[in-house]
Amino acid sequence: MALNPAFVGKEYPSSPPYLVGREHIRDYATAIGDHNPVFHNVDAARELGYPDLVAPPTFAFTLTMKAIAMAMFDPDLGLDYGRVVHGEQHFDYERPICAGDELTVGAVVADIHTAGRNEFVTTRSSVTTVAGELVVTTREVIVSRGTAGTGA
Amino acid sequence: MLGYDDVSVGDNLPGLTTRLRRIDLVMYAGASGDYNPIHWNERMAKAVGLPDVIAHGMLTMATACRIVTEWVGDPGAISSYEARFSRPVVVPDDDEGTEVRIEGQVAEKLSGGRVVVDITATSGDEQVLKHVRAVALLRL
Repeated sequence: MALNPAFVGKEYPSSPPYLVGREHIRDYATAIGDHNPVFHNVDAARELGYPDLVAPPTFAFTLTMKAIAMAMFDPDLGLDYGRVVHGEQHFDYERPICAGDELTVGAVVADIHTAGRNEFVTTRSSVTTVAGELVVTTREVIVSRGTAGTGA
Repeated sequence: MLGYDDVSVGDNLPGLTTRLRRIDLVMYAGASGDYNPIHWNERMAKAVGLPDVIAHGMLTMATACRIVTEWVGDPGAISSYEARFSRPVVVPDDDEGTEVRIEGQVAEKLSGGRVVVDITATSGDEQVLKHVRAVALLRL
């Protein structure tokens, strides 16, 4: 099914606060094969001037993905999750995410367009602390493979 | 931590070669919360026209970032990072997995201690990521 173009500009409410935990950072760093001590050892992170463990730069996507999923799973958008692949990912960091951060994510559908047989959904999200400090902004392109021009 | 004056345009970063196996995809799914079945279920992957299970693009992107964070010495010094997922990394159900090679080069020195690094990620003969670029803030 072709995607619903009326979704461009649709904003999703900020997610409930997510408390970034040390063990999640450690599990994530282990899963990406990254043994840098600032991701695992609190003293090593503090030596570099951080308040607690630092999250790897791509960790932000584990938070923004949940906000984007609200759009992706919205039945009115018409996306078939099995046909979805990640097309592009951009991160702009104000500072690294650290353990102890309490973060919320707001997402907006920025663009929907077709190229060939594929459809492309661009979303933008911003990760802020509950106190309102901007931490990371992202832009991601999600590809719906082979669904362009299929039905209403 | 690396200093801005220690770096020149054209410098090559130490590269890295890694292998992605099914276990790595399962670990990444669990740690990231991305449970899309195309990353762990061969039947589902083939049903949507993929040759086999594919790695999460973000796992490859996370691996590629490591050459910059290790080179700079402070992972918090990355000010931006972007990539396009140009080809899927197909991960067979065997013990070998699929090799991915990451390389990087200093592309530009900007004001304020910022340095642009262009990264390549290849598997076999194919570029699995394109337009991979990180900006790092180095010590002035």
